[in-house]
Amino acid sequence: MKILVGYKRVVDYNVRIQVKPDGSGVVTDGVKLSANPFDDIALEEALRLHESGVADEVVIAGIGPANLGAHLRNGLGMGADRAIHVVSEEAVQPLTAARVFLKLIEKEQPGLVILGKQAIDDDSGQTGQMLAALWDRPQATFASKLEIADGKAKVTREVDAGLEVIEVDLPAVVTTDLRLNEPRFIKLTGIMKAKSKPLETMELASLGVESGDHLKNTHYAPPPKRSKGVMVKDAAELVAALKQKGLL
Amino acid sequence: MSKILVIAEHQCGQLNASTARTVSAARAVQPEAVEVLVLSDAPDAVAADAAKLEGVSRVLTVARAENAHPLAAILAPQIAKAAAGYSHVFLPSTTFGKDVAPRAAALLGVAQVSELMGVESAHTFTRPMYAGNAIVTVEADPAQTVVATVRTASWPAAGQAAGSAPVEALALEATLPTHTRFVELRQARSDRPDLQSARKVVSGGRGVGSKENFDIIYKLADKLGAAVGASRAAVDAGYCPNEMQVGQTGKIIAPELYMAIGISGAIQHLTGIKDAGTIVAINKDAEAPIFEVADLGLVGDLFKIIPELEQALG
Ligand SMILES: Cc1cc2nc3c(=O)[nH]c(=O)nc-3n(C[C@H](O)[C@H](O)[C@H](O)COP(=O)(O)OP(=O)(O)OC[C@H]3O[C@@H](n4cnc5c(N)ncnc54)[C@H](O)[C@@H]3O)c2cc1C
Ligand SMILES: Nc1ncnc2c1ncn2[C@@H]1O[C@H](COP(=O)(O)O)[C@@H](O)[C@H]1O
Repeated sequence: MKILVGYKRVVDYNVRIQVKPDGSGVVTDGVKLSANPFDDIALEEALRLHESGVADEVVIAGIGPANLGAHLRNGLGMGADRAIHVVSEEAVQPLTAARVFLKLIEKEQPGLVILGKQAIDDDSGQTGQMLAALWDRPQATFASKLEIADGKAKVTREVDAGLEVIEVDLPAVVTTDLRLNEPRFIKLTGIMKAKSKPLETMELASLGVESGDHLKNTHYAPPPKRSKGVMVKDAAELVAALKQKGLL
Repeated sequence: MSKILVIAEHQCGQLNASTARTVSAARAVQPEAVEVLVLSDAPDAVAADAAKLEGVSRVLTVARAENAHPLAAILAPQIAKAAAGYSHVFLPSTTFGKDVAPRAAALLGVAQVSELMGVESAHTFTRPMYAGNAIVTVEADPAQTVVATVRTASWPAAGQAAGSAPVEALALEATLPTHTRFVELRQARSDRPDLQSARKVVSGGRGVGSKENFDIIYKLADKLGAAVGASRAAVDAGYCPNEMQVGQTGKIIAPELYMAIGISGAIQHLTGIKDAGTIVAINKDAEAPIFEVADLGLVGDLFKIIPELEQALG
């Protein structure tokens, strides 16, 4: 079975995001970029399925600008067998990303697709579900456990009420939650090997997907600041302050 | 003019509080009508509750055995069919809505607005990005149905109406897949208030140190009549179950009182509590970032402070 993994590059989660003063976006110049944390988890899960013999090939795919190669090489360094770079200078929104992934599925015929539950830049959390709908296949979102046997996946999902277990027929789309696994570090030997692994590049325009970007992000603003509070010296003062605010 | 369909979230025959908040967001669009769709195997009780929400003009029900559990692959085709004639389809931004809404949007071939927090006009909204560090104004295409998930922490619950809106069964021709099956839901039973709607929340972090120690958080919460939350680090360390996680990838909440105990205040955690009324932080590290957002801060060892607090509370 082949596994296709979404591997998006985003602003690193440790960066303190600054909104540009003119409200046209956030500052990305000179800012550290990394793999979307949920996509590292997706790749880790695919690699484990490869190592346990469930999968025989792991392909990562990223949609992004011309300089995305180094990022995809990191994914190959982590252990993916192959990478696909769909070149788009413009950031794509989830519906377009899902349409692109559908094209890749038609070419690659994977038995399983693993994406992150959300990309931590746009925080949309849509691509996996949209892809599953367009592909007319099952989805198992927010996965914290994945077991594969007999052409089926049993997936434990983190939902508001607790943990939900569902069973889906393969092929299917799974999206990862944080507790699915802990991604491995990239080893130097991995980086060396990655240099000779195949990285295929194609233009988004060549895939013939309809543009689905119907949302316009017209203005960015920093969130309202909370005013600095006061420090109290002990528990009694805290209780008095809460009583004064009418909270106790 | 707009006409909005709100998809009801429910569990065990009860309407989830997130639905009333979603109705408030729908009303902010100032539509001609807000209608609620209940997809269930037995929708009557839920529909009756939805019909009493202020601003709801009609409740539609689809009763099918397949709807016994909220599986996105089953619900989305029904929602896509039911959406005909509506300008907007709103779902709560809970794990239910986040799972189903994008699938329905893709079936309709339209984009989706995630975590709608403000309404500027029928097609202009605000939503958070970058873990809430940027609030973005988004314009949806007026020629298309707007599918959105509503950030429940940004909206009050719609009140109770004087009367009841009519409830009607909706006949839908939708073929449903069999490739997705519900197995079980594992829930930690608790008599404590629900984290997402509680007025007070006490949360513990890695500083609490162990599952056993977490009892002092539960005890304090019980004394205050509060729900219990946790940081991701506390959940990852196994101190408490996943449904207690507050933050960017957990629950986003807006209680009147939030107490963060032994939580450093990472940006991903703060995202989940930005709309809280009063934030109290208890941490032994005076430099912890949580103090930058706390309304009331107390530096010290939680194991010393909590017993003192309980005593002061009487
Ligand atoms: C993509 C992504 C998503 C994430 N989503 C979330 C999320 O939804 N929610 C979330 O919470 N985190 C999330 N995180 C993790 C987040 O970055 C932090 O790692 C996490 O919030 C830290 O939890 P903590 O504050 O409990 O632990 P720590 O940062 O380790 O802080 C523990 C605190 O306890 C204090 N302490 C220790 N002992 C005592 C004592 N005896 N008395 C008083 N204070 C004490 C310490 O001074 C310290 O400040 C996410 C991370 C990533 C990468
Ligand atoms: N441009 C992209 N390149 C690669 N993967 C993507 C891209 N956009 C979305 N994805 C995948 O879809 C997931 C969810 O993204 P989103 O719907 O934007 O929150 C991500 O975690 C990725 O796995």
